Amino acid sequence: MGRYAVRRLLQFIPVLIGTLFLLHYLTTLSFQFNGNPVRALFGDRQPPPETIAALTRAFGLDDPCLSQPGNPCVGMFVERVGGYLRGDFGVDFNLQPVTDLITRAAPVTLRLTLLAIVFESVVGILAGVIAGLRKERFADNLVRISTVLVISVPIFVVGVLTQIIFGLYIGNWVRDRTESETMEAIFSISYQSDHPWASLIIPSMVLGATSLGIIARMTRTELIESLRSDYVRTARAKGLKPTRIVGIHALRNCLIPVVTLIGIDIGGLMAGALITEGIFNIPGIGGLVFRSVRTGETPIIMAVVPLLVLVYLIASLLVDLLYAVLDPRIRYE
Amino acid sequence: MPESDILQAGTPADSKAVASLYFDTTAPLLDVQELRVDFQTKEGVAHAVNGVSFTLEAGRTLGILGESGCGKSVTAQAIMGILDSPPARVVGGKVLLSGVDLLTLNEDARRQIRANRIGMVFQDALSALNPVFTVGWQLGELFRKHRDFSRKQAKQEAVRLLDLVGIPAAGQRVDDFPHQFSGGMRQRVMIAMALALDPNVIIADEPTTALDVTVQAQIMKLLADLQAERNMGLILITHDIGVVADVADDICVMYAGREVEKADVYAIYDSPAHPYTQALLESIPRVDMKGQQLASIQGLPPNLTSMPSGCAFHPRCRFARERCREDTPPLYTVTPGRLSACHFFQEVLDS
Ligand SMILES: Nc1ncnc2c1ncn2[C@@H]1O[C@H](COP(=O)(O)OP(=O)(O)O)[C@@H](O)[C@H]1O
Ligand code: SF4
Ligand SMILES: [Mg+2]
Repeated sequence: MGRYAVRRLLQFIPVLIGTLFLLHYLTTLSFQFNGNPVRALFGDRQPPPETIAALTRAFGLDDPCLSQPGNPCVGMFVERVGGYLRGDFGVDFNLQPVTDLITRAAPVTLRLTLLAIVFESVVGILAGVIAGLRKERFADNLVRISTVLVISVPIFVVGVLTQIIFGLYIGNWVRDRTESETMEAIFSISYQSDHPWASLIIPSMVLGATSLGIIARMTRTELIESLRSDYVRTARAKGLKPTRIVGIHALRNCLIPVVTLIGIDIGGLMAGALITEGIFNIPGIGGLVFRSVRTGETPIIMAVVPLLVLVYLIASLLVDLLYAVLDPRIRYE
Repeated sequence: MPESDILQAGTPADSKAVASLYFDTTAPLLDVQELRVDFQTKEGVAHAVNGVSFTLEAGRTLGILGESGCGKSVTAQAIMGILDSPPARVVGGKVLLSGVDLLTLNEDARRQIRANRIGMVFQDALSALNPVFTVGWQLGELFRKHRDFSRKQAKQEAVRLLDLVGIPAAGQRVDDFPHQFSGGMRQRVMIAMALALDPNVIIADEPTTALDVTVQAQIMKLLADLQAERNMGLILITHDIGVVADVADDICVMYAGREVEKADVYAIYDSPAHPYTQALLESIPRVDMKGQQLASIQGLPPNLTSMPSGCAFHPRCRFARERCREDTPPLYTVTPGRLSACHFFQEVLDS
């Protein structure tokens, strides 16, 4: 398995270089056709040509290839990748190092995603198990209906509704009755740097809602299937207690696809995190991407997108490795 | 006075439910009386087991024979108490284990009977063993949960058992997963599991069906040897009359949820007293798979939700007359200890 992991890690390199090059080429093309983005910074005002020339040089946009439409500007690309390797990710239009921006935003997004994963796994699996054990009874129908709801309603609708219900109605009710700052932070429905975890709880529930529904449904289906299996019948013939039959023999098998699903979903969560951060005004990677897309700040996009790709690659590698740990029938050479 | 016969050495703390039972050692080891099991299905109620009775003594082997779908597995699982209900429901009869009716016990006591007193070997060991745990863990679990053994002790027991059922290098194989064994070896693991807690009865439901012929013989021999050594009662369920010929003492032939013939193995092979048994005997070597017709008789077993009137076998029977369509044959006594559910058993015997 060690050699398999190393081989997979080596495959990351071409994927990352490919992503970088694609981004580089797209932004180059946009400069070549739209003209110097530095000019756009000043809007309608007309700064002196020297200022523009100086800024253009500062952002590394003075390469003559940028005035030749279609030229991939390989030289610029090599220089940029070289800089990345040295840890130099360039500066944004306010001359702030991109690395600083990312190291400030990434932990927020990381916390948000982590909370969402914990929330969706714990509640999703629990709901799935209850539904599976009470198949076609009240609890099952409740879980099935509510999961259809959370799966089918788009995340921004859930987000806005949550803001109104939790932030306004329940939030006001709570604020009237508590002195606890943590409680207030939870229901403030916006990011507060004094409460880096508590103020992210409700946004993380919004973020995890869709996956929660899918996890609950999958756990339910898998458990029902597993309870019908021959090995569960054997476990019963062994005179084991029902809690052990379900909790160890059946559930351990169900968790193989469910854990895989949670891992694969990390990519989806990152995309959702960008939207959630927008709704709740959370200063994470999502905010950064939003801003840089709007203003055309290529250094930020160029650094963040490969970072997201890297997170996705690592997550899927971990899922594959975890899969082999959970299911002894899988062997990687 | 019935003697109290409490669980073997190492009685677990939570076996109070069973320890308080009086097992009468003078009563037959396993005595099934008029057992009935229904299935609630979309088409209606299926009478999968329809008044089955048989007796098993210690040290004897009872073969239960019949085509696929005759209710053999359901009978076995009803004895074990591991049927899914719904859809299954035991609607009548008794299952007496040394005089104690298992059907009247509460779930906790019932659970203690499993593995401790009745062990079961299933057909397809690959699906019957849990794919994600090592065989050592699955064997050891019995000792950890029923005997309060430590993990280390339990593993030692697992190695001992694997060795006992003839698995080479048991000390190393104990940490392997089920899929790493061959079919025959896997079935040996299954047997070790049924045997682990020294039960008085073992029910083997088609233990060799998934295996090839040479391995079949080895597994049958292993079962027979262990049974003789430990003086257990063995119920051997099969659709293949050839498999039980050498090992069984008594045979019970089932058709559509009923027994149609019961006799000792020599009598049956000598001269069957029921047309269905006769057909089974003629169709050796193989009666395989659901839906496949017997070589010597036409048709398939009936649909259990709409059973034929009279004798359930009449649509396929070469001896059938008018009377068979109306009168359900009772179990006639052919000779003492020999029963046949056929109006014309004498004719069948003579043919
Ligand atoms: N889960 C089930 N649901 C409905 N009917 C069942 C179920 N299991 C068994 N049966 C019925 O019981 C009959 C006997 O099945 P079984 O005991 O498995 O036959 P076999 O003799 O091949 O072991 C089947 O033909 C079927 O009609
Ligand atoms: S009772 Fe009639 S139909 Fe039934 S087995 Fe005997 S002869 Fe055949
Ligand atoms: Mg069967």
